[in-house]
Amino acid sequence: MLRLEARPAPSRVFAWASPVVSLAITIVVATILFLALGKDPVQSLSVFLLEPFNGLRSLTELGLKATPLILCSLGLALCFRSNVWNIGAEGQFLLGGIAAGGLALWVTEQELAMQPWAFVPLAVAAGAAGGAAWAAVVALLRDRFNANEILVSLMLVYVANLLLSWLVFGPWKDPQGFNFPQSVTFADGAAMPRILTGMRLHWGFVLALLAAAGMWLFMARIYLGWQMQVGGLAPAAARYAGFSTRRALWTALLTSGALAGVAGAFEVTGPMGQLTPYVSNNYGFTAIIVAFVGRLHPLGCVAGSLLLSTFLIGGELAQSRVGLPAALSGVFQGVLLFSLLACDTLIHYRVRWAAAPRAVGVSA
Amino acid sequence: MNETALLIAAMLASGTPLAIAGLGLLINEKAGVLNLGAEGMLLVGAVSGFAAAFHSGSTVAALATGAAGAALVAVVFGWLVIWINANQYATGLAVSLFGGGLSAFVGVRYVGQKLGAPVNHSIPVLGDIPFIGPALFQHHPMVYATLLAVIAAAWFFDRTRAGLVLRAVGESPESAHALGYKVRWLRLAAVACGGALCGVAGAYLSTVYTPLWVEGMVAGRGWIALALTVFATWRPLRILAGAYLFGGVTMLQLHLQGLGVQVPSQFLSMLPYLATVVVLVLISRNPLWLRANMPASLGKPFHPGS
Repeated sequence: MLRLEARPAPSRVFAWASPVVSLAITIVVATILFLALGKDPVQSLSVFLLEPFNGLRSLTELGLKATPLILCSLGLALCFRSNVWNIGAEGQFLLGGIAAGGLALWVTEQELAMQPWAFVPLAVAAGAAGGAAWAAVVALLRDRFNANEILVSLMLVYVANLLLSWLVFGPWKDPQGFNFPQSVTFADGAAMPRILTGMRLHWGFVLALLAAAGMWLFMARIYLGWQMQVGGLAPAAARYAGFSTRRALWTALLTSGALAGVAGAFEVTGPMGQLTPYVSNNYGFTAIIVAFVGRLHPLGCVAGSLLLSTFLIGGELAQSRVGLPAALSGVFQGVLLFSLLACDTLIHYRVRWAAAPRAVGVSA
Repeated sequence: MNETALLIAAMLASGTPLAIAGLGLLINEKAGVLNLGAEGMLLVGAVSGFAAAFHSGSTVAALATGAAGAALVAVVFGWLVIWINANQYATGLAVSLFGGGLSAFVGVRYVGQKLGAPVNHSIPVLGDIPFIGPALFQHHPMVYATLLAVIAAAWFFDRTRAGLVLRAVGESPESAHALGYKVRWLRLAAVACGGALCGVAGAYLSTVYTPLWVEGMVAGRGWIALALTVFATWRPLRILAGAYLFGGVTMLQLHLQGLGVQVPSQFLSMLPYLATVVVLVLISRNPLWLRANMPASLGKPFHPGS
């Protein structure tokens, strides 16, 4: 019979090996699924996992999709490490998008000739404010009324979606848009500057990488960041040391809200260039997987974002090239997270064969 | 008059899936396991139920398939959190994300497909009573079955030995273990049962309530059902009250739209979600209300012999 035995100290090997093993499991599951669907598994897998790296244009698209994932997952990593379960990054992303979209619409309407160096900080500020405000509701209700942050942050995702829908169907709808639910296209002055001409990748990607470096600094070198992580790991010890749980709650939520909001701002003023009801590609939820795959570590979040954006692009390519449903990418994401969580057990436990009277079935 | 009867009827119909799912989650939580995968399990139940109804034409088969599909996912979840000691929050979220992806993938071929014409479920004599008939006695049998199931659960938890054991597993797994009960298997049974009920709720949504499959059609009801267990402070009968209250809010929104109230429809659609937040705040602000009935070991892993 298989038995789990607690390790004296967490295994560093498995902390690193776990994402790799779970990726391997996901690939095995994918192969089985492709065979079941009657597709050539080698061709399908190469479309999913290799094609997104093929050529400069593909690589820039990868960076484009990774940008919101990096920003959202950084904030979530901080939250989860502090034992604050914000799972509403999607809503905070949308609010950031709405705020930056509103700013861009105003710039467009006023026909301001704005320089990128002036617009980008404004867009970042608007996005951060929008996202942080949405997260502040969660923090306030948790802090003042002890309302569960998981449920509140999730409910606010639906509210944010409806708010965006109202804006683009109502007051912000393009009067010349043939009644499509979308805003006018933003002016050139209200767009994220691109890194390479002809490619959609914008400077937000670089800012996201800087944010990852900043988050690493905060977690590893700043006293407050350390306090928050102690609070997540050992709440009693943190209380005894006098670390404020309220400050940890507010800091975690406002930071992650602001980061998700900036992600939304980049998405709206970057690749989209207008507001539509479909601002987010589920980035806020995918970022939860990214955060775990990235070991709740800022640099891991960057790697995890690149992996998951490979999945996203692979899913789109698989649809157009091999005729597989794009929803498959969601299945793979789920399988990846499942197997990751199962493998993570090996960080804290080792598996032992124990003599059992009768070993029937697998009951570890 | 007739309007009101229809409103009551609609409230009961839309509260039913919330009540079923809420009851399933309550059973989960009474045994000490918090399953944040409710939304995913409802979606799996909805898509597998729709598929069964589409191919067999039978609602009973749909509900059974929905229950089986979601229970299967729940067992995987249960195995991960009960035996493998995976993080309950993260694993529950994984179920929700996986359920969303899987149901979208399986459901692609069912988008836009229609089920057979709805059946008239009016109860012979009672259904013909004016006002009361249309309000209470023209429902799908699941509406009444849900009522009975909740009452049965209340009796089970309060009045039977098995119910007491299950509660013990959620309150103090160490004591239950010391008395010789197989804590982990009992928890798995509760998780499977909770999953099955979430699956029934999902199948009810996709085959009875709105007989069609749309990606993401559960629209947060799994999360609302999770909030219901808090709202009910873990008491079965209050789940029912809460579910009909939320059903009422959902219906009120459609009703107001029908009356031509000059508020954008999106704001009315926000009502159930905002109501959930408000209710959570009202219940949670008094810690005593929560602590009185909350299973003491909710969400805490248990490993015997360590």
